[in-house]
Amino acid sequence: MTISDLVYLAQLAGAAAFVLGLHYMNSPATARNGNLLSAGGMILAVAATLVGLVTRPGGLSTASWAIIIAGFAIGAGAGLWMARNVKMTAMPQLVSLFNAVGGGAAALVAIQDYLRIGTDGGASVSTSVFVVLGAAIGCVTFSGSLIASGKLQGVVSGKPIIFPGSRPLTVVLAVVAVVGTAVLILDAAGTLALGSGAAALVLGVIIASALVFGITMVLPIGGADMPVVISLLNSFTGTAAAMAGFVLNNPVLIISGALVGASGGILTKLMADAMNRSIINIIVGGFGGGEGTVGSAGGGTTQARGVSADDVAIQLVYASNVIIVPGYGLAVAQAQYACRELAELLESKGVDVKYAIHPVAGRMPGHMNVLLAEANVPYPSLKEMDDINPEFDRCDVALVVGANDVTNPAARRPGNPVSGMPILNVDHAKSIVVIKRSMGRGYAGIDNELYGNPKTGMLFADAKDGLGQLVAAVKAL
Amino acid sequence: MTELLVPITIFVLAILVGFEVISKVPATLHTPLMSGANSIHGIVLVGGMLIAADATEIVGYTLAFVAMVFGATNVVGGYVVTDRMLLMFKKKPTAPKAEAKA
Repeated sequence: MTISDLVYLAQLAGAAAFVLGLHYMNSPATARNGNLLSAGGMILAVAATLVGLVTRPGGLSTASWAIIIAGFAIGAGAGLWMARNVKMTAMPQLVSLFNAVGGGAAALVAIQDYLRIGTDGGASVSTSVFVVLGAAIGCVTFSGSLIASGKLQGVVSGKPIIFPGSRPLTVVLAVVAVVGTAVLILDAAGTLALGSGAAALVLGVIIASALVFGITMVLPIGGADMPVVISLLNSFTGTAAAMAGFVLNNPVLIISGALVGASGGILTKLMADAMNRSIINIIVGGFGGGEGTVGSAGGGTTQARGVSADDVAIQLVYASNVIIVPGYGLAVAQAQYACRELAELLESKGVDVKYAIHPVAGRMPGHMNVLLAEANVPYPSLKEMDDINPEFDRCDVALVVGANDVTNPAARRPGNPVSGMPILNVDHAKSIVVIKRSMGRGYAGIDNELYGNPKTGMLFADAKDGLGQLVAAVKAL
Repeated sequence: MTELLVPITIFVLAILVGFEVISKVPATLHTPLMSGANSIHGIVLVGGMLIAADATEIVGYTLAFVAMVFGATNVVGGYVVTDRMLLMFKKKPTAPKAEAKA
């Protein structure tokens, strides 16, 4: 057994730790240890790689040492700072940003390896395929995730951005990338005889079109579809890392990349199902993006009934079952603490309080759960859609805070933008209270029929102020 | 092609393992799951180290350096932020009960 065998086994152990770490994520009680195990696997894999490099014939040059140490120190410092200081509401954009740099790193690894092999006398057909795939997917993820992150941060408009010719441009970019790939493969097969300079130029064209493709792919997608986009890009990065693994012939990269690709794929599917839309449909066209879908479904302006905080407080205190339906509006208003305070106050008065979490509440899968966990809401009271929907029939008051389209009964009828989307059965509750600033529309761009329901009372306020008023009113009773 | 059969086998099996493991994760933990999976693909850091070791000219050094910075940001930031999130899920009043059962 040589040192390089030991290095291989250590890397394999690292990959096994990733799998076990993900496995422990299946329960909140073990999840933290799972993440620590996964981190331990990462340290082992990186340390083993370093040992392998130092002990190989020739070792590491001074320049290589400097690059590895300086690069790691800078990146680790930046990552640590961002991870420590990010607000939980800003989590989607941070995950997206980390995803972008991961995709970028995978692309760079593939590109550099291709250039190195090129100077050594040319790449084989199989290497070319994986290099181009790794570089292209990595670049799409890099630029796409940066745009997604910018949209979530508000640097780039969250609305679907469609400029004249953007669709044809996206198609042209994809064609250019595919043709470029074919050229490089033919070159590697010996059918074409490009010099290493010309081959590098073709690779450059592929990279450029992939980068622009990432931008034009994400720009037309609206904020409400972000959970799907983030999951999809996450899956892409995993795939890019696996491709880099094929190029470097490194199994730990292949295994890890495949794991992440699978995880992103599953989450993408779950999110798309939760909106009853196909992934293709989301990528090709955003919600309310043209096509005259707005209006027409509701049938006239909705007549809403306003209520005062005092009335709602009385209703809540004398209820036995209350279900809170939080949406992204709650997170934007930083109202999760006020929400928990109200729930605790009601529980102390003997009211049973639960939370109904729609799969796409928030801006990434499971985002609302994290925000409520941060406010110390015990996770057993957070109910998933399928578990909580039957309970609305027994519920005295449903309190909707900052959620809109996911409560719209119009989704049960065909012929409007939210048709077929699984919704929370808020309208089955005996009484409904909606805290909302105005009668404004959600991302789908249609009126919410729930607001016109005779059982519904509208408490017109910002989520945080509204909940604050309720807390004060309940205390005063 | 022949030399690729084993890597492709590993790739396919790892995807299947991924599907199996991840489909059991509850929706409550989907954000930490995604963040944790995100840190795992930071393993390209290893790729960054390998290309840094083999680089011989300025282009190679530059690409390797940027790859190292990106990869390290991804790995370190990803694990730390995932841990921060999971810590919030653990400190619940109900958590000790759940642990006692387990």
